[in-house]
Amino acid sequence: MTTEITDALCPFCGCNCDDITVVVDNNRITGVKHACRVGTAKIMGHHRIETPMMRADKKSEFKKVSYDEAIEGAARMLAMSKRPLLYGWASALCEVHKKGILLAEEMGAIIDNTATVCHGPSTLAVHEKGLPSSTLGQIKNRADVVVFWGSNPVHAHPRHMGRYSVFTKGFFQEKGRRGRKVIVVDVRKTETASMADEFVQVQQGSDYLVISAMRAILSGHADVVPDSAGGVQKEQLVKLVDTLKGAKFCGIFFGMGLTQSISRYKNIDNAISLTTELNSFTKCVIMPMRGHYNVAGFGQVCSWETGFATAVDFARGAPYYNPGETAANDLLMRKETDAAMIIAGDAGAHFPADSVRHLAKIPVVQIDPYWNATTEVSNIVIPVAVCGIEVEGTAYRMDGVSLRYRKMIEPTLSTDVEVLERITERVKELRGV
Amino acid sequence: MTLKVNLITGRTIDQGVTIENKTSSDYQEATAYCELNSKNLEILGKPGSNVRVKTRYGDVVVKLKENNGNPDSIAFIPMGPWANAVVDPDTRGCGMPGFKGIPAEIEVTKDKILLMKELIARYK
Repeated sequence: MTTEITDALCPFCGCNCDDITVVVDNNRITGVKHACRVGTAKIMGHHRIETPMMRADKKSEFKKVSYDEAIEGAARMLAMSKRPLLYGWASALCEVHKKGILLAEEMGAIIDNTATVCHGPSTLAVHEKGLPSSTLGQIKNRADVVVFWGSNPVHAHPRHMGRYSVFTKGFFQEKGRRGRKVIVVDVRKTETASMADEFVQVQQGSDYLVISAMRAILSGHADVVPDSAGGVQKEQLVKLVDTLKGAKFCGIFFGMGLTQSISRYKNIDNAISLTTELNSFTKCVIMPMRGHYNVAGFGQVCSWETGFATAVDFARGAPYYNPGETAANDLLMRKETDAAMIIAGDAGAHFPADSVRHLAKIPVVQIDPYWNATTEVSNIVIPVAVCGIEVEGTAYRMDGVSLRYRKMIEPTLSTDVEVLERITERVKELRGV
Repeated sequence: MTLKVNLITGRTIDQGVTIENKTSSDYQEATAYCELNSKNLEILGKPGSNVRVKTRYGDVVVKLKENNGNPDSIAFIPMGPWANAVVDPDTRGCGMPGFKGIPAEIEVTKDKILLMKELIARYK
């Protein structure tokens, strides 16, 4: 029997689009409407890992095993570890995060999520300066000037501009695109830049300098700004600051162009200061363009459970947090981690070679629906149902709004929560707790 | 001929579409390439040629592509295992490796592009 699920949520990017229609026929998804190409690909599904697998030697082939064997092996591997890392989490729901944090606490492990290679530096900047932000609904209804800085939503968040920030009509923005000025600041002239009213091309790694020049101009000290800063002519910067000051409601969205270039969190720190200072003239908000649909949710759950958003070390018996010391890549590159559980994230594909080299040398258990680069460095692989498609639960959109995901189809494999609960119970037994 | 560039990595829509299908040729097609503008590209060869991208952290063979949105001497590789073979692992004390702004050299090669499985096998 064919049924249509309306107003379904997309479990891919931080836009968490909630207007998706999914066509289901005999517990199989046969069609997706309204989603972007990326969301459609995720919901329609790809080749899955069908059964748990194990191997002692990472150069040998996997052997199919039962869930019982794989869970026993994973629990033993983690219970024997002195410095375990539990990493990933962004493609899983908050209910999974909660179980993961309990396991980390039980073992005295370190738990970190994919923000570490995404908006981790943004979290550090928020510690310093706070975050003058808003919901995406406020952007839709009010923003007349929209800035994308080091962010390319045409590729990374394909429906952001359509649903929230540029093309959509809002309560006070009844003209839609014609009522909004769009500015893109980037190193490359991206597809998003090509659609903008103004493109500000910065020299790679010069964002901090450009933001500082803008703050000087904003505070009435244009005289100290040289003719060109970070590859941008002073004239263009003065015009840009005037546009931002003249906005009725300005929304600044930033991406990896700021978090991953040389100044890392200091870029965001500076951009937040610029936003705060613009509020002396008009209303201005700033928001990170979160990548995975629930990377923000891990930050929420980890914050309310441990006091810290990510990179939490339980080795001392109480949560300790110091990215640079306790973040996943720092641990792997120091060769400190002696076992890892990678869940709902792909460290094998998205970490630098040195980190993957260490993962290839230590025992690794992977919990994931899909075969990916982490599978290639794993000893134990436990396939699970896809959160947000086969499992219901809560996720947080990039603006911090929580949304409830319903199941689209019934799972045919164990869920992350079931697997984590069983591993935790067995780890407790093995540790004699 | 060797071209010195500043390498940046990042998302693309095709990388997103294939991200949960990393054993596929579509994923390799979407991520194992390096973009240069036409002026820089002409120095090396034609679009579709294989090039070796070398940094002090490693080297990788990818396909050459043209993108005139790139300024001179900026090379772009989509995020993924091929890009991460050559990125800067230093987190500068804040947890984030250097995925953008890596000095790199690019030269044409006859070597083939490794499959994802083969690329990761180099680390074992």
